Amino acid sequence: MSNFETVIGLEVHVELKTKTKAFCGCANQFGAEPNTNTCPICLGHPGVLPILNHEAVDYAIKAALALNCEISRETKFDRKNYFYPDNPKAYQISQFDQPIGRNGYIEIEVDGEKKRIGVHRLHLEEDAGKLNHLEDGSGSLVDFNRVGTPLIEIVSEADMRNPHEAYLYLEKLKAIMQYIDVSDVKMEEGSLRCDANISIRPFGQTTFGTKTELKNLNSFTFVEKGLAYEEKRQERVLLSGGEVVQETRRYNDATKTTTVMRGKEGSDDYRYFPEPDIIKLKIDQEWIDRIEAEIPELPDARQKRYVDELGLPGYDAMVLTQTKTMSDFFEAAVAEGADAKLVSNWLMGDVSAYLNSTYQTIDQVPMTATGLAKLVKLIEKGTISSKIAKKVFKDLIEKGGDPEEIVKAKGLVQISDEGALRDLMAPILEANKQSMIDYKNGKDRALGFLVGQVMKQSRGKANPKIVNKIILEEIDKL
Amino acid sequence: MPLFEEGLVSLAQKLHNKEIKASDLVDEAFARIDEVDKDVKAFLALNEEAARSEAHTLDESEADGHTLLAGMPIGIKDNMVTRGLKTTCASHILENYDPLYDATVVEKVHAQKAIMIGKLNMDEFAMGSSTETSFFAKTRNPWDLERVPGGSSGGSAAAVAAGEVLFALGTDTGGSIRQPSAFCGVVGMKPTYGRVSRYGLVAFASSLDQAGPITRTVEDNAFLLEAIAGLDRHDSTSADVPVPHYADALTGDIKGLRVAVPKEYLGEGIDESVKASVRAAIQQLESLGAVIDEVSLPHSKYAVPAYYIIASSEASANLARFDGVRYGVRAETNDLIEMYKKSRSEGFGDEVKRRIMLGTFALSSGYYDAYYKKAQQVRTLIRQDFEKVFQNHDIIVGPTTPTTAFKIGENIDDPLTMYANDLLTIPVNLAGAPAISLPCGLADGLPVGLQMIGRPFGEETLYRAAHAYEQTAGFTLTPAKGAMKK
Repeated sequence: MSNFETVIGLEVHVELKTKTKAFCGCANQFGAEPNTNTCPICLGHPGVLPILNHEAVDYAIKAALALNCEISRETKFDRKNYFYPDNPKAYQISQFDQPIGRNGYIEIEVDGEKKRIGVHRLHLEEDAGKLNHLEDGSGSLVDFNRVGTPLIEIVSEADMRNPHEAYLYLEKLKAIMQYIDVSDVKMEEGSLRCDANISIRPFGQTTFGTKTELKNLNSFTFVEKGLAYEEKRQERVLLSGGEVVQETRRYNDATKTTTVMRGKEGSDDYRYFPEPDIIKLKIDQEWIDRIEAEIPELPDARQKRYVDELGLPGYDAMVLTQTKTMSDFFEAAVAEGADAKLVSNWLMGDVSAYLNSTYQTIDQVPMTATGLAKLVKLIEKGTISSKIAKKVFKDLIEKGGDPEEIVKAKGLVQISDEGALRDLMAPILEANKQSMIDYKNGKDRALGFLVGQVMKQSRGKANPKIVNKIILEEIDKL
Repeated sequence: MPLFEEGLVSLAQKLHNKEIKASDLVDEAFARIDEVDKDVKAFLALNEEAARSEAHTLDESEADGHTLLAGMPIGIKDNMVTRGLKTTCASHILENYDPLYDATVVEKVHAQKAIMIGKLNMDEFAMGSSTETSFFAKTRNPWDLERVPGGSSGGSAAAVAAGEVLFALGTDTGGSIRQPSAFCGVVGMKPTYGRVSRYGLVAFASSLDQAGPITRTVEDNAFLLEAIAGLDRHDSTSADVPVPHYADALTGDIKGLRVAVPKEYLGEGIDESVKASVRAAIQQLESLGAVIDEVSLPHSKYAVPAYYIIASSEASANLARFDGVRYGVRAETNDLIEMYKKSRSEGFGDEVKRRIMLGTFALSSGYYDAYYKKAQQVRTLIRQDFEKVFQNHDIIVGPTTPTTAFKIGENIDDPLTMYANDLLTIPVNLAGAPAISLPCGLADGLPVGLQMIGRPFGEETLYRAAHAYEQTAGFTLTPAKGAMKK
């Protein structure tokens, strides 16, 4: 165990999926041909003025409310000045001292205990363009499609104490953004981006140690790994009598290490000042109420309901509510009358395994919630065995359709008729008399073998419960 | 007699009656430009082909349904973007810039079928009070070619004064419409902040910039303002206030008008000859029935420093986009930072650089509170000074400038003296109020400007007072033909 306490804070940028950009009418769309979603306004041509997209403000308020923030009743925008080719005005319209939201929190679960991670502030700003560096090093091309896309920056308090808490915070943050439907939150498309600040200090010390900032964290796993490396690195530095230097470091997943990007002296003076082109924004109670009414049940509330009302184990409830699509799917299946725990087992088991192996999400496969509910009900009724169900499931998730039809078409209905089973089993039992005797002589395993033989002969269609019963009756007769 | 000697209403009537054609007006503009612009140097670019073709189209079409402005030759300051016509802001860095769209004010006069004659010279990025900081040419005052026309809208005021256009549009951040109007003996209105859309004006200081008309008469000015004013969905700082029919205010009746004369405006630093003309004008207003009262604007003495901090700070950000990446002049190097440095060092002139550096400094961490924040506090006090006076008065009257037009080269190397030239106009921009400058006589053969300042959105009162004065002043200033010495 280390003698140091780790302190982590995260800055997360979330791209809002408004129809148009933050300050002009261009489409806000990922993946278009370079420089097609642009206009004189987002290109920063002389004379243009920004017009605030109120949908972006709505989304920012929604996000702030969902993160339990106080909403600023009067807010404004500021210019953040810096030169870079992807920043056409050479300033970014952002919010400096009056962010839309403040003093919120996100609840995570650490070893079964709830823990609140503070949200220091949430503000609205515009995204920059993208530089594409030519491979031969001869230059860089700028794509301005992304410039002006509305972003919210969510700054946490330095409340996380280990890299895994940072991971859990991000998972929860992502889930909440999905639930309120303000962003695609796809790290691979850059609609969610994260920078992490980390420092360590001897246990008991109240002041923070010197922090480093980690960038290039392209997945939540990288965040956790990068922080874990950095935690160890800082510890090594301190234990060897050195001092942690305040700097920005880049995470490299190939080496699983961090390297210096730039030192503190490279930190910029952004010369913030109020954006004179956008008038002050007043957010009244009516506005807040309207947005509040649009916020759906959030993962924490759903999780609680699954435990309290559906009787699911806490772990199941937590896993199922991690994404809104999964949670919605679960609810739809349960609404069809399927048993909640059985649906949960399928979703957390075979369904998740399939989705992970094919890199899909639940809303991308042909299987519907009704389909899964029917499958579960067929098992409950004993129409098919669990084993057969696996076969049906494979068809169902790959091609969709109605499980009852699949079962019929493939002749997979379970044989539960005792007479039919006795006919089927007679030759098998005859051929394996020795096993029956073995069982009678106390060799328990023999029973499983016999059942297995019957299942094999019936190609899995025999109802194992009844098969079991018949074998025991026949053994008794010996 | 040149057609431009007549007012807009008379010309429109003649056009309507087919006594003249739009082509006659456009011909006069280009003939006059041919004749005098080699000396005046008001224009940076001419729109001759399009202008003649538009005039021709108008002449061919039915006169009915034409607006008052149809066919009227107008000049546009070169910081208003014009699609298809280079817009340089008189800067090397935008020497080759071809805008993709029209400024709202340009679109508006175009919709009224006014005919754009060309783009007018100015101080580079509107930074200056003499049009000497233009990268391309020094415009000269038509009253005396040795003298400056004022600035930054020097080209606009000079072109109107020299009779090259009927009227022009300028912009005013700290006096850039009023001071050149005063120097050139024409009428210039700086409207209330928010009255006219700023969309398409190349921003200098966003919280201060306003476009406005420069004309030969108060009546023309009222009509042109009406044409360009109003809410614009492209400018969220444009005001949702109905645009009055300003010409209705020109009744000639100012009986009982409560006129405030700030003692600071007739005090130290103002030329005696300017004071004398302005005092005479104030007496004239009194004889028309106005009630004159001396007041104080105690914080106006802080206006110039506060202005140079606020305007330069905003400019430092507004001009940062001229970086050589997307348009304008780019210095070729292999290094990004070098490219920025070289493009901007070569592209901007000294005055622009001075203000960018001043603004960058004022916004820097550690200095923000002492400069930018303090200047904003001063701005509030100045606005309150005006609000106080307007509780009991309808307009404020004083000179537009401390002196008449100075000589070319006289102040260009002395920024502080140059800046002080705007001490009577700057407080108005800081307060966001409207103000008009109109000629009130000559001092040593040079025009003197009378400034009238109004309540926010009180342009009608200004026009009424200015018009009443103009009609009874007993002299008419001509486009200075005779005064032009070669």
